[in-house]
Amino acid sequence: MANYLFFESRDVFESNDVQRLCELAIQLRRAGHGVALFLVQNGTLSARAGVAASRLHQAIAAGVHVLADEFALAERGIGTERLAGGVEVAPLGEAVGLLAAGWKAAWH
Amino acid sequence: MNDRKTLTFALMDPPYESARTTTAFRLLHAAIAQGHDVNVFAYEGAVALPFARQAPHANATHGRSAEEERHPVPREWVDALAAMAREKGTAFDWVNCGLCVDERGVGEAVACARRGSPADFWKMAEASHNTLVIGTR
Repeated sequence: MANYLFFESRDVFESNDVQRLCELAIQLRRAGHGVALFLVQNGTLSARAGVAASRLHQAIAAGVHVLADEFALAERGIGTERLAGGVEVAPLGEAVGLLAAGWKAAWH
Repeated sequence: MNDRKTLTFALMDPPYESARTTTAFRLLHAAIAQGHDVNVFAYEGAVALPFARQAPHANATHGRSAEEERHPVPREWVDALAAMAREKGTAFDWVNCGLCVDERGVGEAVACARRGSPADFWKMAEASHNTLVIGTR
């Protein structure tokens, strides 16, 4: 089994591809792979509780490790109390740690 | 700190255009801070990031001088990353795609950036533990 690290930089309401990336993450997780989805830039807008980003919630439920860049959250005024359950606030250095650990990485 | 690894990043965005550039520089900074060796292959517009003739400017609208405005210039960020790597004792190799440089007339780069080709990116990726491509949309 492999480990996959996806960077999502786009707003779910800007691009339908965000939902497709979540679907890919879900399928990989269900196939037994380790999957992390690191939300950066406008990708963090999807992390707010109440946002109709259903695939993101399904990804969390499927066991995808969803992280949100603390810098991007602060830039956008999104406090941790406004995040959906299951979203972990993380510094970008955590993504570097996964890269260094050999997780296969893709940027969207 | 993690074990020292070699990480390669490919950048494509020109300066002052996208938040991707900021995120990319933050990733580079974090990688060096963690003690990793870092390669950067700048392709297309990203070759202008280390362009040596970038100049900070004043902001007449807000009545601020160049010193007060502190307008960021990416060449200083590239230099700062190279300096940080030297302090940490890690490698930092920035390669600009030569054809992209010529197309854009940005051949004067800061000293830590060198001219190369996409073949260098292949060599970097081959020799790295991991590679991240941050493409334009």
